[in-house]
Amino acid sequence: MKYIRIIPRLDIKGPNLVKGIHLEGLRVLGKPEDFARLYYEQGADELIYQDTVASLYQRNNLTEIVSRTAENIFIPLTVGGGIRTLDDINSALRAGADKVSINTAAISNPTFIHQASRAFGSSTIVLAVESIRQPDHSYLAYTDNGREYTGVEVLTWVKEAEERGAGEILLTSIDKEGTGNGYDLDLIQMVSDAVNIPVIAHGGAANVAHIIDAINDAGADAVAIASMLHYASVHRNGNLLDRFEDEGNIEFLKKNSSFKVFGSENITEIKSRLAANEIPLRVLN
Amino acid sequence: MDVAIIDYEMSNLHSVQAACRKVGLSSLITSDENQILDAKVAILPGVGAFGEAMNHLIKSKLDQTIHKFIETGKPFIGICLGLQLLFETSEEFGGNNGLGIMKGTVKRLQFKRVHNIKYPVPQVGWSKINQNSANWNDTLLSENWDGEFMYFVHSYYVEPSDKSLALTTTTYGQQEYCSSIQYDNIFATQFHPEKSGETGLKIYNNIKSVIVKS
Repeated sequence: MKYIRIIPRLDIKGPNLVKGIHLEGLRVLGKPEDFARLYYEQGADELIYQDTVASLYQRNNLTEIVSRTAENIFIPLTVGGGIRTLDDINSALRAGADKVSINTAAISNPTFIHQASRAFGSSTIVLAVESIRQPDHSYLAYTDNGREYTGVEVLTWVKEAEERGAGEILLTSIDKEGTGNGYDLDLIQMVSDAVNIPVIAHGGAANVAHIIDAINDAGADAVAIASMLHYASVHRNGNLLDRFEDEGNIEFLKKNSSFKVFGSENITEIKSRLAANEIPLRVLN
Repeated sequence: MDVAIIDYEMSNLHSVQAACRKVGLSSLITSDENQILDAKVAILPGVGAFGEAMNHLIKSKLDQTIHKFIETGKPFIGICLGLQLLFETSEEFGGNNGLGIMKGTVKRLQFKRVHNIKYPVPQVGWSKINQNSANWNDTLLSENWDGEFMYFVHSYYVEPSDKSLALTTTTYGQQEYCSSIQYDNIFATQFHPEKSGETGLKIYNNIKSVIVKS
């Protein structure tokens, strides 16, 4: 039996959990470690922390948040954003990360994947792919939250990365990210058919039906979920999570505007609905 | 010191240490023979390549330290690669010799499609542990139950020559493999207790009760 993983993805800017649309227009939601704790208790299978500004401004301040999180959360934590060297990987692991995700550094130097997987084991190295669908329906990989064009084709790239030793693929559709329009099923299926390593689908989930499609129709091994979980948490656990530092755009929280498009289920509820749809997964006792 | 976490530059030792801290076990990440032999329990964690790990162990003479610790009869715990290294040989990258504490080999998981479901290698994620041995209640799994979920991340598994060493088995893509062993004072798991949430922490709590009793 293969059990599908449900993985909250937390985009982090400075000390705060943020969320944008198409990885842009970031809104502050709260403290990442508070959300992480809540998701752990609700039965999240893993967590992903992504530093949203690291590779833009060469800032890598995630270490402290990672160590605070790892002290209390005993599920795997993947950390990405600004990982450029073997030393960067080492310090992320020392802080308490279990895996690192790499995009920019891998595209600009594909042998880095090989070096990193030899040094830390394939299972520690997650290739992050930020995909944008082209007018001719092909998919190209971008860097820096979808801002930087690389010309690299997603299909060729994921196969190469697997050969070079990547242990998993975190596949983000920039087109879908933050929109709540559902996952890009063609993209997920294309990548899932092409590689033998696990594929984590990311970008577009707003409800349980979207998640079922990514798993049953497109063959995702795991789904990363961001907006849907975070917005539901803010609305349902507002008091618990109302602890953020004054950086970035907090107007969103002050107004308490809600995105009607996103479902309001927490992880426990999502998992029991998936289980009811005969999707094998781990449920807490 | 309660627990020596053996440092041979091949693993994420910090999550093991965090789990120890969580249940109130004192621990030290160390490659020093005296510190390891002084500890009440030794843990050999491990992520990465078998051959490279053996090279590190031999170069630092930790292979001998591990043999010495196991001879003391104190609890010795292997996790993931730390389980595989205890066996004789591995298929990984053309064949390597392990510590040879138990007879058997380390084999590669095969990528499979079963009923159009893909079973990727590495296996990454949660799977059930199924009881294979009658002496369950005398092991560190005594607080866990048959069929509980643990977190796995691996491309290889162990095949002990003596099948009764398997304390649990796990099935992935119709392949059933040994997911933990109990052999005298050695307890070792293919899964990661320190990454298996509250289920895995029960094992660490059990380590603590064993130490209190001794």
